[in-house]
Amino acid sequence: MHIEIQPQPFEPYTRLQQYQQQADFAGRYGATAVFVGSMREFNQGDDVEAMWLEHYPGMTEKYLQKISEEAAQKWDILDSLIIHRVGEMHPNDPIVLVAVWSAHRAAAFDASRYLMEELKSRAPFWKKETLPEKTRWVDKNT
Amino acid sequence: MSDAITVKFFASLREAVGKADTEIPALEAATVLQAWQQATGNMVMPENTLMAVNMDYVDADTHIKAGDEVAFFPPVTGG
Repeated sequence: MHIEIQPQPFEPYTRLQQYQQQADFAGRYGATAVFVGSMREFNQGDDVEAMWLEHYPGMTEKYLQKISEEAAQKWDILDSLIIHRVGEMHPNDPIVLVAVWSAHRAAAFDASRYLMEELKSRAPFWKKETLPEKTRWVDKNT
Repeated sequence: MSDAITVKFFASLREAVGKADTEIPALEAATVLQAWQQATGNMVMPENTLMAVNMDYVDADTHIKAGDEVAFFPPVTGG
C-alpha cells in the first residue's frame, strides 16, 4: 500500500512499471486494475488553459491512507498504489494514478473504483482553473 | 501545550476570508462554529463548507480545545 502526493509531473505507466517491479507480490497477482485521470482542455463549456491543484498537507495524505486501508479490508487485494499531482498543471497532464493488484479481477476492479470515488469525495484537494479571461475554483466534482 | 487554537482556510475560503491560517484563544471558542466566528470576524459561513479538527471531518457543533487545529474548506474536487 503506497500513497504519494507530488508537485512534479509524473508518467503513470513508468511509475506503475517501477512499482510493480519492486513489489513483493510478484507471481501472486492475476489482475491489475489501473485508473489514470488526466487534465482536460475543456470544462463546463469553457476552454481551460491551466489548472492549480491545492491540497491540505497532512490531511490529504491521511485520507488517502485511510481509503487505501478501507479498500484492503473490504476486498481481497494484494496491494494498492495512489499517486496524485498538486500545483500547476496543463492539459493532458496526468493528475491521478490508482492501481490495485489482486489474484482475481473482481477485487481489483471493485477496489480501484472505490479508491477513485472515495478520493473524489473525501480527499482534500481543490482545483482552480485558468480560463482565457479569468480564473475560477471548480465547485463540484463530476 | 499551546493555549491557542490554530484555524486554517483552504482554496476559495482562504481567498474569501483573506488568510490561510490564524490563531485564536482557546477560551473564546468551544465549538468549531465559534472558531469560525472568531477567526473570520463573524463572516457568514457558506452553506457547503466542510470542517475538520486535527485532520478529521467533523460537524460545526464539535467541541474543540487548546492545541487543536481546525480547518474550513469548500467541497473537495480532486482526482
